[in-house]
This record gives sequence, structure tokens and C-alpha cells, in this order.
Amino acid sequence: MTVDLSTVKRVAHLARIAVTPEEAERMRDELNAILGFVAQLDEVDVSGVEPMTSVVEMAMKKRQDVVADGDKSDDILANAPVSEDGFFAVPKVVE
Amino acid sequence: MSELTSLTIAQAREKLASGAISASELTEAYLAAIEAANAQFNAYIKVTPDKARAMAKASDERIAKGEGGALEGIPLGVKDLFATRGVHTQAASNVLDSFEPRYESTVTSNLWADGAVMLGKLNMDEFAMGSSNETSYYGPVVNPWRSRGSNARLVPGGSSGGSAAAVAAHLCAGATATDTGGSIRQPAAFTGTVGIKPTYGRCSRWGIVAFASSLDQAGPIARDVRDAALLLKSMASVDDKDTTSVDRAVPDYELAIGKSVKGMKIGIPREYRVEGMPAEIEALWQRGIDWYRDAGAEIVDISLPHTKYALPAYYIVAPAEASSNLARYDGVRYGLRVEGGDLRDMYEKSRAAGFGTEVKRRVMIGTYVLSAGYYDAYYLKAQKVRSLIKRDFEQAFAAGVDAILTPATPTAAFGIADEDMAADPVKMYLNDIFTVTVNMAGLPGMAVPAGLDASGLPLGLQLIGRPFEEETLFQAAHVIEQAAGRFEPEKWW
Repeated sequence: MTVDLSTVKRVAHLARIAVTPEEAERMRDELNAILGFVAQLDEVDVSGVEPMTSVVEMAMKKRQDVVADGDKSDDILANAPVSEDGFFAVPKVVE
Repeated sequence: MSELTSLTIAQAREKLASGAISASELTEAYLAAIEAANAQFNAYIKVTPDKARAMAKASDERIAKGEGGALEGIPLGVKDLFATRGVHTQAASNVLDSFEPRYESTVTSNLWADGAVMLGKLNMDEFAMGSSNETSYYGPVVNPWRSRGSNARLVPGGSSGGSAAAVAAHLCAGATATDTGGSIRQPAAFTGTVGIKPTYGRCSRWGIVAFASSLDQAGPIARDVRDAALLLKSMASVDDKDTTSVDRAVPDYELAIGKSVKGMKIGIPREYRVEGMPAEIEALWQRGIDWYRDAGAEIVDISLPHTKYALPAYYIVAPAEASSNLARYDGVRYGLRVEGGDLRDMYEKSRAAGFGTEVKRRVMIGTYVLSAGYYDAYYLKAQKVRSLIKRDFEQAFAAGVDAILTPATPTAAFGIADEDMAADPVKMYLNDIFTVTVNMAGLPGMAVPAGLDASGLPLGLQLIGRPFEEETLFQAAHVIEQAAGRFEPEKWW
């Protein structure tokens, strides 16, 4: 499978990364090189093979459904580029 | 290198306990070494002298009271991927501009609880994506090793390039590192140091900036096998904050060192004899086999038939998980923000400005392979191949193999800004051809220096063990260390 320029631009939008036309062209070539490399997997017969879900055999650990942490909005907001009145601030979303 | 910075952790531990040296003296010696040489290597991206001095002073007080911990007063460097409270933590990325967490990773908390001293944060490939430390926002790290008769700057490997260079140049006694596809073992091999990636689930991932969550593991880079054992003992733990942390007591790895390997079965996988492998690597591997035979181990040829598919499967699984993990960098909660016309524009501009080329490439690949219509063909297929890779190892271990011996890397360290590597991302990815299988199967793997190539650069061998049998690796690695000796770069800085 190979990707064209419009696919690269669509994927860049999905990934929320702005790309210039030159970057998109370079990325198209690089992505095609990598997709060409991973195409080797077509040789492998995986019929009847279960996909890996956990690399170490163990049951998912569970804990009590109780509040174990919290009351630290100052800590959480400390690294926000913009915050107001205890909230993260973003550009206007609703007109 | 001063006398103090030439001590291994085990040697320093003895001198500290006996009062022959103080933690403050030891820390000052390392701070002076960093001050004098870091500009040459670019290994540290943030030095924390005040914190180091305060921690060393506290160590001296605890030692005086007879309350010293297992790593009391030992000065360490920390890879920038580990969250350290109030201290620069950016995964060497601009997207985390100015980020200083209000919390501490479990691994570093364990080290400080045992009395270790933090010297600062170490350079790395951005988000641990790279094999040469050249993708860092802070620029490349220079390997303390040079080819004989040459001044050309070489890479220390990656992604834990700052950790490996700092350990090799004695700018710390040991360092934390992480390994997703070879990021501990490849730089260890390139710098003549010892690096171990433990079994997945052995070290908590809590507070480590996530790259590919099903592959990421923390581990140490150290100057010798014993130091690596001491560091791993402290870094490893059972942690409720990481659901993949495995509920098993941490053994005392140091006790395994010096035990005979007589009767141990060492597997030699024929698929690791790859096309175009330099004769020197081939000879090094053979030397390793001979050392084990001489030590009384039984050498068995084994087959791991899906080896060649590990790297292509990795380049689906790791970018897919990365694209999901890195979705959190949105310019809202932390890090870099570039204002835009609307919310989406702000996201796109912030991420475009914050991520470097290699990170963008991997997020793009990951987004593509997970996008509608492609999931089964790529991600699901890769996870099935991963099951086959794991099964290969399980069959070898079921046949009685205790550890597997392979080369650590297909070459010695290469030059900074190597043109072939820069022109073709896949060529750079091939650096991890011997290490990536281990992450795909979740196994412990260790790189041990085993010799020098014709131009005087270090080469390493890799040992792969059964899940949670790190002790076997320490036991076996010591045999290589005893036979090969230790390797130090000639000081030019």
C-alpha cells in the first residue's frame, strides 16, 4: 500500500499536526519507505494466531473503586500555558 | 577523571560506609566533572547542583546515624523521560517546553528512598524515538569514544544517549534509562557500558513519559555488571500506580554475580547471523560462545524463525501506541502553546512547532495504521506476528535454554550526522535489529561490553533471559565481563 499527498494531508489533520506543502511531500516519501519496509509482514501466515494483548501473562490488577487522590487543582494547573479561575483556558469554541 | 569519579558504585558504597569519603565530597567531584566536560558531550540538559548538594548532605547525616540506604550518597544522572518533582522534565522535546512536574516517578522515588543523589537530567532522543540521540531538541550527544587516530565525533547511540555517554565519561556513577526497542542496550554497546532492560512489568512505568506503553521499560546503565545489579534492585518494585507492574518480590540481583554457569544452557539463534554483518561482530559473537564453553556452559543452536519480522512489526506497534500517547500534547494542559484562529488551529500549530521531524514521522505512521480501514491490515496483523515472536522464545526456553547469546548491535558507533542514516529512516531503524525482538516478547535483555573493533571502538554482546530471570542474566554477564575485561575511553576531554 502506498500513500498519496492527499492521504498525507488527511492523516496530518487526524494527527492534529500542521504541515507545509514541502513537509507533506517529504512525509509522503518517508511514509511510503516505512510502509514498504513493514510490507514484509505480508509473508507471514498468521491464520489461527491470536493477537497479543498482554506481553506478560497476568490478570489485570484491580483496586477498590474509591477516591484515592485529588484536591490538587493548583498542581494540575501549574504547568498550563493559560489558565483562569481554576480552569484551563482555550480559544473560544462556541460563538 | 578524579580518583573519586573513577570509583564504581560498589567501591564508593564501601568507602562511604567506612567513612573514608563523604557523600558531599563524592557529589562535588561529579559536579566538578560535569562543569568541566559537559559542554563537550551535551550529556546533561539540566544540572541540579543545589539539589545534589542538599541530597548529599542529607546522605552524610544518615550515614553518620547508621541509617544509610542501599545507594546512600551515590550520585546518579536521570534520563529526561522520568518525571522529577520541580525539575525540568521534557523528554528532550520542545512540546513540553518549561514543564516541571509536581510529582516524582516511581523509579526515581525508589532511588531517592535508597539514598541516591540526583545530579541532573540527561539528554535523549526526543520522546525516546531514535537510535543516535540526534532527534533531541537539545542537540546531539557526543560519544566519549573516538576511533583510533580520529577526532570525528561519534554518536553514543539512543535513545538513552545522554545516560550512556555520562556513565562512560564518568559524569555520574550510574544512570536511569528506558528501552522500548533497544534504547538501553544499543547505547550501552556503543559506549562500553552495561545496560539491562528488565522484564516488562519489573519496573513501574508510573511517571515515565509514555512512548509505546506495551514495550516501554526502565532500567539502568552502569560501568559494570555489579553496579547494574545494584541499580536495578533499587529501581524495580511492585507499584499499584501501574496496572502492568507485576506482583513479584524483587530479588537481590547482586547475589547472582560470581555464581558458576557450569551446566547452563546458552542458546545461539541462527537467525541473528544476518546478511552483511561485519566480520568483527561475527568474531566477537564466536568469542562469547567460546568463553561460555570454557566456563562449562552447554552451547546449543536454536532457531527463532520470526526474528526478521520483529522490526517491521515494531514499526507498526510502536508508532501506533505513540500516536495515541502523544495525543495529550495539545497546548492546553502543559507545554508549548502556539495561538491559532480557533481551537483546532491552535492544536495543529502547537504540535507542529513542538514536535521534531522523527516524532512527527512516527505519529503520522501511527495515525495512518490505526485509521479507519487499515487497523486489521496493520496493527492487528503486527500484534499477531508479535505472538509468533514470543512463541519462538517460549519454545526455546521450553527446550531447556537458560539464556540466549547474540550480538547487541550490527555495528559499532557511527558518526554524528551520518549521511546514509539521515537519508533513509529505515537504515537508522536497523540499528535495533538484535534488540527489538526482546521488547516485542517482553523479555529481559542485557548488553555487556565484550571487546573493541579494529578502530578501537567498543562492541557489546546481548544476553536474553526468561521472564523475570534477570538473575540468570547477571550471573551470565559476569562471565563475559571476567573474560573480556572492562573498557574505558581514552580521555581527550
